[in-house]
Amino acid sequence: MTTGAGDEVLRLTGITRRFGTLVANDGIDLMLRRGEVLALLGENGAGKTTLMNILFGHYLADAGSVTVMGRPLPPGNPAAALAAGLGMVHQHFTLAEQMTVLENVLLGTLPLWRAGLPLGAARERLMRLAEDFGLAIDPDARVGTLSVGERQRVEILKALWRDARILILDEPTAVLTPQETDALTATLRRMVGQGLSVVFISHKLHEVLGLADRCVVLRHGRVVAEVSTAGATRADLARLMVGEEVATPSVAPGRPGAPLLTLEHVATRAQGTAHPLRGVSMTLRAGTITGLAGVSGNGQAALSDLISGLIAPTAGRMQIADAPPRGWSPRAAVAAGIARIPEDRHKTGTVADFTLTENAILETYARAPFSRRGWMDWRAARDFCTRLIAAYDLRGSGPEGRIRLLSGGNMQKLILGRVLEHHPRIILANQPVRGLDVGAIAYVHGRLLAARDDGAAILLISEDLDEIMTLSDDIHVISEGRLSPAFPRGTMTTADLGLWMAGQGFADAA
Amino acid sequence: MRLEPIANPPLARRLGLPALAIAATTAFGSGLAAVAGADPFATLGLILTGAAGSRFALLETLNRATPLIFTGLAIAVAFRARLWNIGAEAQLYAGAILTVLVGTSGLGLPFVHPAMALAAIGAGAVLLLGPVLLKTRLGVDEVVTTLLLNFVVLLLVSYLLEGPMKDPGGMGWPKSEPLPREARLPRIVEGLRLHWGFALALIAAVAVWVIQTRTTLGYEIRAVGLNPRAARFAGIPVGAVMVKTALLSGGLAAMAGFSEVAGLKGHLSLDLSPGFGYTGIIVAMLALLHPLAVVPSALFVAGIFVGADSMSRAAEVPTYIADMLLAAALLFMVLALGLTRYRVVRG
Repeated sequence: MTTGAGDEVLRLTGITRRFGTLVANDGIDLMLRRGEVLALLGENGAGKTTLMNILFGHYLADAGSVTVMGRPLPPGNPAAALAAGLGMVHQHFTLAEQMTVLENVLLGTLPLWRAGLPLGAARERLMRLAEDFGLAIDPDARVGTLSVGERQRVEILKALWRDARILILDEPTAVLTPQETDALTATLRRMVGQGLSVVFISHKLHEVLGLADRCVVLRHGRVVAEVSTAGATRADLARLMVGEEVATPSVAPGRPGAPLLTLEHVATRAQGTAHPLRGVSMTLRAGTITGLAGVSGNGQAALSDLISGLIAPTAGRMQIADAPPRGWSPRAAVAAGIARIPEDRHKTGTVADFTLTENAILETYARAPFSRRGWMDWRAARDFCTRLIAAYDLRGSGPEGRIRLLSGGNMQKLILGRVLEHHPRIILANQPVRGLDVGAIAYVHGRLLAARDDGAAILLISEDLDEIMTLSDDIHVISEGRLSPAFPRGTMTTADLGLWMAGQGFADAA
Repeated sequence: MRLEPIANPPLARRLGLPALAIAATTAFGSGLAAVAGADPFATLGLILTGAAGSRFALLETLNRATPLIFTGLAIAVAFRARLWNIGAEAQLYAGAILTVLVGTSGLGLPFVHPAMALAAIGAGAVLLLGPVLLKTRLGVDEVVTTLLLNFVVLLLVSYLLEGPMKDPGGMGWPKSEPLPREARLPRIVEGLRLHWGFALALIAAVAVWVIQTRTTLGYEIRAVGLNPRAARFAGIPVGAVMVKTALLSGGLAAMAGFSEVAGLKGHLSLDLSPGFGYTGIIVAMLALLHPLAVVPSALFVAGIFVGADSMSRAAEVPTYIADMLLAAALLFMVLALGLTRYRVVRG
């Protein structure tokens, strides 16, 4: 499929970027040739988007350099990146909906002071570009009326208009239908045929195989493999992406007890681009951890919101220990004994400008002893928080410090303590260790296992297959809102799970 | 150029930058006075003595600050919960209308004062309830609805003063019947021109502070304002908190109307408020939305207005300098506070 061994057009050398204690990119080297499609494959949080943002000048790298067409690219300067021939199509489009396609393409390319728009010539050039690359579009249509696939074409045209020689696409197919994906594939083929180069970011294995010439696999911020897609299989890529089955500390299996939470054929309403649930049935038993594996955006958020009390199902039943829930609100969920560890501890789990004390009582502030007849008892709240700090080995601040100053691990310890201190029967742990360092990860896992042994039923949602396989007594895979059967501990390999994650094995799979 | 947050700003930065903002405002004011053809230092001196240079000036400043404390508190309470109430002017007038209606109804002491105040608070609260329900139920932007209600209510006042509430003895002027003597708020100290409204405003500031720091509602309001998503996830009833905030905010703004009518003017007219509802936004922002800081902030703003009035009589510099000074003070202060927490980085 390649157009021969082209010249090198882009080289990243030793790119490193840290966010606090998290190393998002760790000495990444990358090279791109003329007329080549390179896939950047990796799990969420592997560092793909960070790397592309550094390339495009949105972030500054802590170390490393970028060379485009043999010339060094000044860091942190998107205008220089554009001028050097880089074009980026973001996952979330950056279009002005009230303007036409042509106006969107011209936006930002014209001098500020100028009477009238040179629309005639521009329309002609745009049509020619669209023709050349198979990007059928009406230049005078308002962007607000276009479908998602059409909007993506406008984004690509914007880059081509600015004479991009290297096109970067961040998860280009995440929002496309299969037909639109086919059209995009054809367009990208034409581009490389004309000597352009393409980098696309993805965590979908079949796309990488179908589109790319070469594939670079990132894991935990590092390049772990570079393979030619010719001859590679999905299973190969899945294993590379999630890592070999490394020797992990063995975890004693849980002792299953009574079902504490059951879902029967539950469906939810669609929200945004993430998949809603479609006929999901599962049982969480006392004394076990149930792992939920899957690529992000396949229904994890809907399941998590449902159990957290944020949304109600549109069909099906949920039972909490043989009784339907008393209501669909977060407060009802907390009252029913559900401990909720949210996916985003910064935005959902805590109020950054609140003190540790104020955050510690966020779910229980309205009850005694923290609140009596409308008055807060801050002494009781402070005592509770002091107890958590001691019991959960929370470091970095006292009860009166702002939580925003804590590290992610300590923040998570506060959330853990806040919910575990009330001895919950059911624990929803959504990405409980994402972004944490090794010590904090071990601590959080230890606490979850201790809660399991005390008889709690735990649902563990994670994109890290190692974590799922180590901790879970049963594993479900979620894909496009459908749930796989429960696979007992030890019956599946990462490659097996990877195939289910890619959508194979479901009854209605294509 | 971009902004980089500073985790723990040093004390020098936290005090130095606001001081710099005050200095910049003073320099800007001097420049304005020079443009107007007056001696800059003399002009600023005249503003200062006009605001606080005599007992009369000081009392005038306190009187002017009273409605600003109420509207400033109303805004501070609402903005804390991220409820953008731009309609304090309308709520003030709604409170003033009810004050006149109850005050002229023949009710006697000791009921007339609490009745007027409660009616005013109710009117202001109800006026903000509509926009808030539209916001929480249908997602209608409350900035637009509260702002536009200002004009609606002002036109309603205009109609009332030309029609049903017109003072028969008012020689045709568009003003309401005056409150009877016993319905007026007495002066705090006999002989000094300062009425009880000022004391009520101070009490209100302390009460709001206690609500915010000591009550369950205050905790909820702060959580909703700082992170509505986390508040909702934790089970705080965000909609109900918004409604309670609205009742509090609208009621406080209406107290400004009550205090101006019953304490100062004695009747309702179209010039009751020279924009106290809007100036309350400046007061609240300068106070960083802290209820106790609203008091000095209102005194500062009132002082500039009163001082500029007196200065313009002596130095023939237009009183508009007061508006420009306030605008400059706010902009410099917002900039200074932003730069306290962020530093500008090249590249």
